[in-house]
Amino acid sequence: MARSVRNQQKMVNTVIAWTIGLLIFFPVLWTVLTSFKTEGQAINDPPLFLFFDWTLENYAIVQERSDYMKFLWNSIFVAGGSTLLGILIAVPAAWSMAFVPTKRTKDILLWMLSTKMLPAVGVLYPIYIGCIKLGLLDSRLALVIILMLINLPIIVWMLYTYFREIPRDILEASRMDGASLWKEIVFVLTPMAIPGIASTILLNLILAWNESFWTLNLTAAKAATLTAFIASYSSPEGLFFAKLSAASTMAIAPILILGWFSQKQLVRGLTFGAVK
Amino acid sequence: MISQLNSRGVARLMMAPAVILLLGWMLAPLTTTLYFSFKKYLPLRGGDLGWVGFDNYVRFVTSSSFWPSVYTTLIIVGFVLAITIIFGVLLALLLDQPMWGQGIVRILVIAPFFVMPTVSGLVWKNMFMDPINGILAHLWRFFGLQPLEWLSQFSMGSIILIVSWQWLPFATLILLTAIQSLDREQIEAAEMDGASTFKRFGYVTLPHLSRAITIVILIQTIFLLSIFAEIFVTTAGAFGTKTLTYLIFQRVLESQNIGLGSAGGVYAIILANIVAIFLMRIVGKSLDAKES
Repeated sequence: MARSVRNQQKMVNTVIAWTIGLLIFFPVLWTVLTSFKTEGQAINDPPLFLFFDWTLENYAIVQERSDYMKFLWNSIFVAGGSTLLGILIAVPAAWSMAFVPTKRTKDILLWMLSTKMLPAVGVLYPIYIGCIKLGLLDSRLALVIILMLINLPIIVWMLYTYFREIPRDILEASRMDGASLWKEIVFVLTPMAIPGIASTILLNLILAWNESFWTLNLTAAKAATLTAFIASYSSPEGLFFAKLSAASTMAIAPILILGWFSQKQLVRGLTFGAVK
Repeated sequence: MISQLNSRGVARLMMAPAVILLLGWMLAPLTTTLYFSFKKYLPLRGGDLGWVGFDNYVRFVTSSSFWPSVYTTLIIVGFVLAITIIFGVLLALLLDQPMWGQGIVRILVIAPFFVMPTVSGLVWKNMFMDPINGILAHLWRFFGLQPLEWLSQFSMGSIILIVSWQWLPFATLILLTAIQSLDREQIEAAEMDGASTFKRFGYVTLPHLSRAITIVILIQTIFLLSIFAEIFVTTAGAFGTKTLTYLIFQRVLESQNIGLGSAGGVYAIILANIVAIFLMRIVGKSLDAKES
């Protein structure tokens, strides 16, 4: 009896949760579906859900019209480059904060967090003019450096919270065995730190991929990433829903897939370890 | 002792690149912004026209678009916070219940967070809110109603809807994580004592969530104060949707009035720092808690 009541409750939960889940997901689903329609079908009234002539022509048109591959490569370069650079700088910093903490470690961490609070628009002109002076406007290098800097606090914080969980006893044991500092890092710490580093990379790739203040304001034709590529669709031109959908699907698909794998890390990373 | 001193030194050395880079990243642009905020500087119309004291600060605040932009910013931040927190708590409670396919529902709910802002702005603007061909227009006509001109008639509501859609997953995910860390025995004890569902929520769950809610509010506020792309691709600041961020962007890059824009930037930095101070206090406390 109790069991059937519980199952009934579970059924009700399931129906409500799935309905709400699909409702929230619908804009994404609709974009993906529309990308496979012809422009005429895309604006059909009533809207067509599954029964239309599936076509890939929009993807071909989008690639032809504005060379999607170039923007994709820019996005990969900028997101990947800034993440890699950030990790290289942050790993030693986080390591030393986690294992050789001083009285000021906490202050340094909080100060790093505070640099993240600097609103981008407040420093728009200095960065803009700096890029012009250095000949870096519309260059991928500038974006790599800037996105690395805006995400560096998050990277350091995430790594720090992961490194802190590595038991110190192991370090002491290896030290007793006469391992040098570098051996300790390479053979003891690194294997234990890899999962944390991997999650940090994942989250940071997502943040860098979707960053859309600097990528919009500091790029033109050459270094434009996918965020800017999509923004070029903001002035409508005839029927373009299917093309917009195809472009959007290509821009979000890679990160959506990565993102689904990183839900847990997202919480830790974006709350600076305050919620786990 | 010697080895300890040594490792301290090495540790400092390892921290140095990150600290120096962030210090430079913070100080260089900040001082430049401050510098320009005291100048009349129009790169396209005469260049550097000298020092003007606090003129830019006064002009920025007294311009007719300043207070509306502050108001717009606060309305967007306030409504998005309210919507994402209320629905986030409800959704987190729901997702915490036993059900079939929980993992898949979680994936569906979290998806909007990974959609880049320019995509969500354009998809909502065109495929949903277009007054002729948008899904919402189809829906309105289906019920025999006149379709709405979403982004011009209900510009603020539309922007709030789009931004809430993007941030609801974030709030839900964090609140769900917090709920799952709640001690089950506490809930069961309350249940045995005969506390109703609402009382259990009000006296056990909600107090437990208060910290997570505060963190969600602070982090979202910092991101929401500077939303840009969503407005850039939808209304471009028209129809009363010009936020402080957008106003400064227009002053700096569109009308190339650097002095004025820089003064605005300083205001934006002050505004963000007021929120930041509270966030830092909470995060700082959680650091202490871990050490003890």
